[in-house]
Amino acid sequence: MKASLSLRASIVSALILIVFLGAWQLATLPPSGGGTVYADPEYAAMMGGAAVQASGMPTPGVVGQTILSQLAHPFYDNGPNDKGIGIQLAWSLARVLSGFLLAALVAIPLGFVIGMSPLMFKALNPYIQIMKPISPLAWMPLALYTIKDASLSSIFVIFICSIWPMMINTAHGVASVKKDWLNVARTLEVNAFRTAMQVVLPAAAPTILTGMRISMGIAWLVIVAAEMLVGGTGIGYFVWNEWNNLNLSNVIFAIFMIGAVGMALDMVFGALAKLVSYQE
Amino acid sequence: MNQPFLKVEGLKKVFPSPGGAQDVTVFENIHFGFEKGEFVCIIGHSGCGKSTILNVLAGLDEATDGNVFMDGREVKGPSLDRGVVFQSHALMPWLTVIENVAFAVSSRWHDWSKAQVREHCMKYIELVGLGHAADKKPHQLSGGMKQRVGIARAFAIEPKMLLMDEPFGALDALTRGVIQDELVKICAATHQTVFMITHDVDEAILLADKIVLMSNGPYAKIAEIVENPLPKPRVRQEIHHDPHFYAVRNHLVDFLVSRSKLIAQGELPDDYDPLHPPVVRPVAEALKLAA
Ligand SMILES: Nc1ncnc2c1ncn2[C@@H]1O[C@H](COP(=O)(O)OP(=O)(O)OP(=O)(O)O)[C@@H](O)[C@H]1O
Ligand SMILES: [Mg+2]
Repeated sequence: MKASLSLRASIVSALILIVFLGAWQLATLPPSGGGTVYADPEYAAMMGGAAVQASGMPTPGVVGQTILSQLAHPFYDNGPNDKGIGIQLAWSLARVLSGFLLAALVAIPLGFVIGMSPLMFKALNPYIQIMKPISPLAWMPLALYTIKDASLSSIFVIFICSIWPMMINTAHGVASVKKDWLNVARTLEVNAFRTAMQVVLPAAAPTILTGMRISMGIAWLVIVAAEMLVGGTGIGYFVWNEWNNLNLSNVIFAIFMIGAVGMALDMVFGALAKLVSYQE
Repeated sequence: MNQPFLKVEGLKKVFPSPGGAQDVTVFENIHFGFEKGEFVCIIGHSGCGKSTILNVLAGLDEATDGNVFMDGREVKGPSLDRGVVFQSHALMPWLTVIENVAFAVSSRWHDWSKAQVREHCMKYIELVGLGHAADKKPHQLSGGMKQRVGIARAFAIEPKMLLMDEPFGALDALTRGVIQDELVKICAATHQTVFMITHDVDEAILLADKIVLMSNGPYAKIAEIVENPLPKPRVRQEIHHDPHFYAVRNHLVDFLVSRSKLIAQGELPDDYDPLHPPVVRPVAEALKLAA
């Protein structure tokens, strides 16, 4: 029955795709009546009328062609405003990974301390609670002013948004390690360091990894916005640049790539989570 | 004066309540002791403080007052000299059976090679009959098997004293019997000193040389110390044929059913001295007359 369930699911998925593409195709068919009619004349003026294709939106076929040609040369480099998608994604990934790793280096040890010590938990909790809901982009002006470097500022923004879920989850995982396991270590006179590494860390690892996975998801959301803001390189900048070029089919292609990379990142963390999970 | 191997002196435990007004004195003035190689069981109603005493002996909990000495040294904090078998087996689920035991063994002997640790672990894993399951994770084992791993882990560090808090409480009668038999064998082979909590009178008669009876709490007392008149080796399938079996059994059941409550209400013998709780040795009436 299991195989047939996934088979049926695939069929439904394929049907949804076909319906979606069909609707898209229908919606973007060039109107047979000739000239473009905009609902809003001001918008039409702003768009410069002629610069936009018949319906404004590219058809699935056009986007498909864009995807194929972009993926055929992902790493071309024709100057600052025209780079292949591979290069742009590599920039974004590099920023996300460095901000994320820095955050992990701070969040996991700090989460350990908070989880182990009720005092530190109480002392740091107000700060965490007020920092957590701040949109990471709100830090951008401060970061740009102090760091004075656009790329480093976006890394900082990634750092500041990744840190909270990792810290909170680490603290929670560490605090809820079974007392029995700690007592086993105590009766064996295991020192604090070995207890932390061999009992607390493996016990809390699944929770910590969940935090890392959430952080990575947020970081990937935020990098697009951050790069739109600071410009220069990266997938976020690519999207914004193509919007300025009014190349919507490249924008759609970029959206698709953002989704694909985000899904791949999530799958990596899913696999890592599986590696450290245990069954009681 | 000759000191016993384990000596508990004037133990008292008060659990503070948040307000302070309703502090609970679980027990006070607890004195008892036993010798190396003895198997001691403690019996008493739920809540009288057995686990608390065991945790104090283990060094996992601190008494409000009083001292515990083992082998002439005061017990302060946990130590490798005292192995603990936890009621909930407390195996680490991310480690295999042998890794769980190895965690303990390498804590005891830091300088051992991997091969040495492995060999030592296997010896004890085989002792509890789990040689075939050494590389399994705890979740692949039954409750009884997990508990046996817990026992192997505690025995493997060769502690001076083994502490067990209702180790078989969660097991079905059949499994329990099998593990009890194993425990009897291992203890006979290793002369291990054991202090164990149980609710099961028959288990106490099978395993224990001495049975400590605790009256109901709060202010629980050591009502008496029962010496097991049944000679070793005791075999589970045969002990109930022993002429003294029902004498001990009735004595223990009587205590649990009625005397533990009466003592809690103050009905103690006039000459009761908490420093030296009465030691009794229940034997069959017929044999007592003959002797
Ligand atoms: N942390 C605690 N705070 C307050 N009271 C406690 C605490 N731990 C135990 N107690 C109380 O101390 C008494 C003795 O507890 P203990 O666990 O030692 O009983 P026990 O004899 O082992 O019972 P059982 O046979 O059910 O395991 C109980 O009445 C319990 O309510
Ligand atoms: Mg208990």
